[in-house]
Amino acid sequence: MSVLGVEGEERNDFSPEESRQIRQRSIRLLGSLLSPTRARLILTMCVVVISTAAQVAGPALIAIGIDRGLPAIVDEGNGTPLALVVVAYLLTGVIGAVLIAWYTVLAARISQGILIDLRKRVFLHTQKLSLEFHESYTSGRIIARQTSDLDAIRELLDSGINQLVQGLLYMVFIGIALFSLDWVSGLVLMVFLVPLGVLTRWFQVRSQRVFRETRVASARLIVHFVETMTGIRAVKAFRKEKRNAADFAGYVEGYRDSNSRVIALFGTFDPVLVLIGNVALGVVLLVGGLRVADGGLQIGVLLATLLYTRQFFAPAQEMAMFYNSYQSAAAALEKISGVLEEQPSVPDPTRPIDLWNAKGRVRFDGVEFAYRSDRVILPRFDLDIPAGQVIALVGSTGAGKSTLAKLMSRFYDPSSGAVSLDGLDLRMLHPKDLRRAVVMVTQEAYLFSGTVSENIALGKPEATRDEIVAAARAVGAHDFITSLPGGYDTDVNKRGGRVSAGQRQLISFARAFLADPVVLILDEATASLDIPSERLVQEGLTTLLADRTAVIIAHRLSTVAIADRVLVMEHGTIVEDGTPADLIAGTGRFSQLHAAWRDSLV
Amino acid sequence: MSAPRNGTTTAPARPGTFAAILRVYPYAKVAMPRVYLGMVSALVAGLVALLIPQVLARLVDGPLQDGDSSRIWGPVAIVLGLGVLEAAMIWLRRWFVLQPGTHIEARMRNGLYAQLQDLPVTFHDRWPSGQLLSRAMSDLNIIRRWISFGLVLLVVHLLMIVVGFAFLISINWMLGLLFVVCSVPLWIYGYVFEQKYSIVSRRSQDQSGDLATAVEESVHGIRVLKAFGRGKYALKNFASQAEDLRGTEIEKARAIAGIWLWLLLVPDVTFALCLLGGVWLAADGQLSVGELVAFFATATVLRFPVESIGYLLSMTFDARTAADRFFEVMDEENTITDPADPKTIASPRGRLVFEGAHFRYPDSPATHTDLLDGIDLELEPGETMALVGLTGSGKSTLTALTTRLYDVTAGAVILDGVDIRDLTRFDLRRHIAMAFEDATLFSASVRDNVLLGRPEGTDEDLAEALDIAQAAFVHQLPNGVDTMVGEEGMSLSGGQRQRLALARAVAAKPDVLVLDDPLSALDVDTEALVEAALRRVLASTTALIVAHRPSTVMLADRVALLENGRVTAVGRHSELLRTNDHYRFVISSLEDDDPPADVAEVPDDIPDDITDARRGVTS
Ligand SMILES: Nc1ncnc2c1ncn2[C@@H]1O[C@H](COP(=O)(O)OP(=O)(O)O)[C@@H](O)[C@H]1O
Ligand SMILES: Nc1ncnc2c1ncn2[C@@H]1O[C@H](COP(=O)(O)OP(=O)(O)O)[C@@H](O)[C@H]1O
Ligand SMILES: [Mg+2]
Ligand SMILES: [Mg+2]
Repeated sequence: MSVLGVEGEERNDFSPEESRQIRQRSIRLLGSLLSPTRARLILTMCVVVISTAAQVAGPALIAIGIDRGLPAIVDEGNGTPLALVVVAYLLTGVIGAVLIAWYTVLAARISQGILIDLRKRVFLHTQKLSLEFHESYTSGRIIARQTSDLDAIRELLDSGINQLVQGLLYMVFIGIALFSLDWVSGLVLMVFLVPLGVLTRWFQVRSQRVFRETRVASARLIVHFVETMTGIRAVKAFRKEKRNAADFAGYVEGYRDSNSRVIALFGTFDPVLVLIGNVALGVVLLVGGLRVADGGLQIGVLLATLLYTRQFFAPAQEMAMFYNSYQSAAAALEKISGVLEEQPSVPDPTRPIDLWNAKGRVRFDGVEFAYRSDRVILPRFDLDIPAGQVIALVGSTGAGKSTLAKLMSRFYDPSSGAVSLDGLDLRMLHPKDLRRAVVMVTQEAYLFSGTVSENIALGKPEATRDEIVAAARAVGAHDFITSLPGGYDTDVNKRGGRVSAGQRQLISFARAFLADPVVLILDEATASLDIPSERLVQEGLTTLLADRTAVIIAHRLSTVAIADRVLVMEHGTIVEDGTPADLIAGTGRFSQLHAAWRDSLV
Repeated sequence: MSAPRNGTTTAPARPGTFAAILRVYPYAKVAMPRVYLGMVSALVAGLVALLIPQVLARLVDGPLQDGDSSRIWGPVAIVLGLGVLEAAMIWLRRWFVLQPGTHIEARMRNGLYAQLQDLPVTFHDRWPSGQLLSRAMSDLNIIRRWISFGLVLLVVHLLMIVVGFAFLISINWMLGLLFVVCSVPLWIYGYVFEQKYSIVSRRSQDQSGDLATAVEESVHGIRVLKAFGRGKYALKNFASQAEDLRGTEIEKARAIAGIWLWLLLVPDVTFALCLLGGVWLAADGQLSVGELVAFFATATVLRFPVESIGYLLSMTFDARTAADRFFEVMDEENTITDPADPKTIASPRGRLVFEGAHFRYPDSPATHTDLLDGIDLELEPGETMALVGLTGSGKSTLTALTTRLYDVTAGAVILDGVDIRDLTRFDLRRHIAMAFEDATLFSASVRDNVLLGRPEGTDEDLAEALDIAQAAFVHQLPNGVDTMVGEEGMSLSGGQRQRLALARAVAAKPDVLVLDDPLSALDVDTEALVEAALRRVLASTTALIVAHRPSTVMLADRVALLENGRVTAVGRHSELLRTNDHYRFVISSLEDDDPPADVAEVPDDIPDDITDARRGVTS
């Protein structure tokens, strides 16, 4: 089984080889995230090294104060050594504190820099991924990646680096200080590194699984949550609340339990760590005490070794916490790197061809298409649409009209054959040129939260207000827009809930109008409009389509009036092709459809 | 309370942090004993840690001073024993607080979800979804961590500091007092910190919510973004929001750095002063070396609690912000609730009546008249009524009134003689089933989606509903009616989704069917088939059908024309077509060979009419 990309995202039974693969891709991602901040990272390290050294100096200075400063005063009445020690202590204290404060800000800059980098990468990458990916991955999972997974990484970066670096340094510095003060105690402490290592390893092995579970559980929760909130009307209307609540409670429980397992694991780790530390303290005390009693060790040094021993294990705890956030972040990074590893099935060309002034001739050459390899939707066909031709594409639901439109706008690539614009394969075109030349408007007129004018301007971000208004006028949307509370600046709310379905379609029409493409594809874009509005749109279309190539898919055959050519599709095949007049006059499928439609009018 | 759209909230007269967090108590109540026990264990652990230096002092002043190595073993054993006890207590603390945190979090999460499902559609219209999600996920995570970690340690560390101070004073009152006095600036700074930090903390959490919204929209709107090649453009917006969040987070780090500085600096200065004073006092003979050792050992034990206060405080303020944000949703008043004393309909017949029903959206300006401005309409049992009107005239809004997705702002909707507000929502929605304009399918099998309104429905019910909606295509799906659809399942075309949504409404076998433009995505043939099949159902069921096309209108016994917020005409299609100009304008098609004279001139003399009707208001 493959672990490439997002496949195996919900699995937790990886073979060593697979685990290695996953770990490597996470590490690669981490490396690429860290490398731009290298300079700052080095600076931060320096700050941490100095500040930790300053902090570690404390107990040693106290020892010196007691062992040297005290006798100097008692025996010689000389206060200078003590004064020097105190000043040194103050100095290290101030330096340590200031550096740590500085470090906090530095680290935040680094971590925020990395986060924003990662956020943007995931965002852009998900935008690049093809519809095929989105249709199976679900929006909820992407949201989970961008929210709770990124939170986990943020936690690691925020406190983790601090915990790790400081913890490690602390241990090293304390080790050095201890050895230089009293090598016997140093050795004693080293012995305790063994149980510490065993414990850490145990934790590492156990926690990885549990953290993976948490990521999966939280993603499930988010997917369900988003789906409920998105479909809240249907939830209410069909009394799904109770059933939803039961399902949700199940996911909540799953998430709760996996979190509990994490905490329980740490709840064993932490006290065992303290235990090791305290036993070490006792042993150091014993070994040191015996020598003090012999006169082989000074009391101040004993105190310092004790303080150091205690501090030695405090960062071990910090490091355990680091490890905690590290595991959590690593699990998150695994999922994110999986998404980033996904290759768009409709990839951007590596060496794109520029197409500045497209004429609008579209050709399908030996095109065949299947969404899933087991079921061909469009059997092999050819189609030539000369520049400037307006085509009405008709056929029953499920015939494959939308599929053809999606191939033409390169939402999908054909399984074999090629779709070309002005003789250039769509796969070779620069995405920017392609999108400028070919625009598709669908029945689901999605509006983004934001104002009406922002939504229209999506067709042409640099458009002036006048252009936006002109586009709205052209499709007959101006009147209703001006009657909204804030006119063009009315917020349409999420998904455009503030305006009616037909109004949404008008706005998305205006959007396409403003984009001004040479090839325009309308996939049932007027389905929710009332007849007068549709009429206005069609009037707009007659001007709009004057010198454009267009494919209009509509069940209301009124569109046929503005078409130069009609294509009739059945079961993925174009069964009729001709001018509207010819086809209506004939006896084929279209003339039947047309007759049925005429009958349905009054 | 308004939706925090841009992450800006002005909280007038902010209650104290304590009061704000205390509101979590009801969710925490049953778990509190364990939290208290956790605190006790933590406190014991802390005290044990403080006792170790005391033993050290005795050791130093006794056996070590005397050079009597045989008496060292006892105290060492005590230190070891205390060490084991401390570890045990920490283990106990962890064990005690393990459950409460996660359980409280789960309870709050379920509570939030229930509240969100219960709140009316107007609430959901207003609140960006990312803000809801961030409340359900990250805010509750913050609260969990605070309860099982922050709260316990904050209380315990404060207590430990007090006890530690007492120990220090008992060792030597002068040194101890010096220590206490020196810590005063910390408390002052802690207060200042609260003021600064709470504001950024709130802003950061709001901004993360906005960011979640942006992500959600970028995925849901992926087709549009792709169609226009606006991925980069969307990234720009997203990035600028992310930059805002970054700014806030760095500001937050600055605030934390500020308190860190003090929390490190003050103890260090204090230590230095104590070192000076302590050695001086020892030289003077006022303090034994053992006491000096104990003093510093104790002070060192206290360092961690003191230093942690900064972290714990910021955690606490974050938790407070999270609680505020949680309760913003929980406090939201539900304007559409079940009656205290619900009625039931004894023998439902499906007579639906709108009586002077008014409705306006909450954000509609005062200068506009009501969107629905006194709707009077009667649907007799078994009757099929088509609702016709221009885009934006309020048809969908009117249908939403029937199941109380919105409540009338005046007047009433009456089902079989009972005001629908006197029924429970569950009961009402059992009587009335809807198909919406945009067909929402859930991530579930075709079967579950279709039988959504009748979970107990049999295979026959399913087959019948699919048959009426001409949804035979489901049998061609990989697993037939058990194929997963919706976001997590197969992608279906618009027409296919619409037919499943129609099947769902039909399968519920309601007394009243409300269908909002149910056939818009169907081709002429399929439409005709669905219509033929629907006729069978509609013969016995009351139905309100929003229609744009004459063909759909033909399904109806009568047609109601919605115009300027009122039903201006009710009658048979042919009759209205003859007598009503506006009706003819709305319904009659472009290609009519023989348009009535007035319709032909539409573009010239009707614009005012269109404008008003689109606006859904009368001026
Ligand atoms: N994303 C998809 N994945 C798999 N099958 C699909 C997908 N979209 C559409 N189909 C199938 O392809 C066929 C043609 O659909 P479509 O092109 O949308 O039809 P039309 O637009 O003519 O109604 C249908 O049988 C539909 O179920
Ligand atoms: N959630 C909402 N908040 C505010 N205004 C709304 C909302 N939904 C719809 N409207 C406004 O109410 C009017 C009627 O909408 P709707 O009932 O959807 O019309 P239609 O007759 O096309 O179904 C429109 O002008 C629309 O802008
Ligand atoms: Mg289609
Ligand atoms: Mg509508």
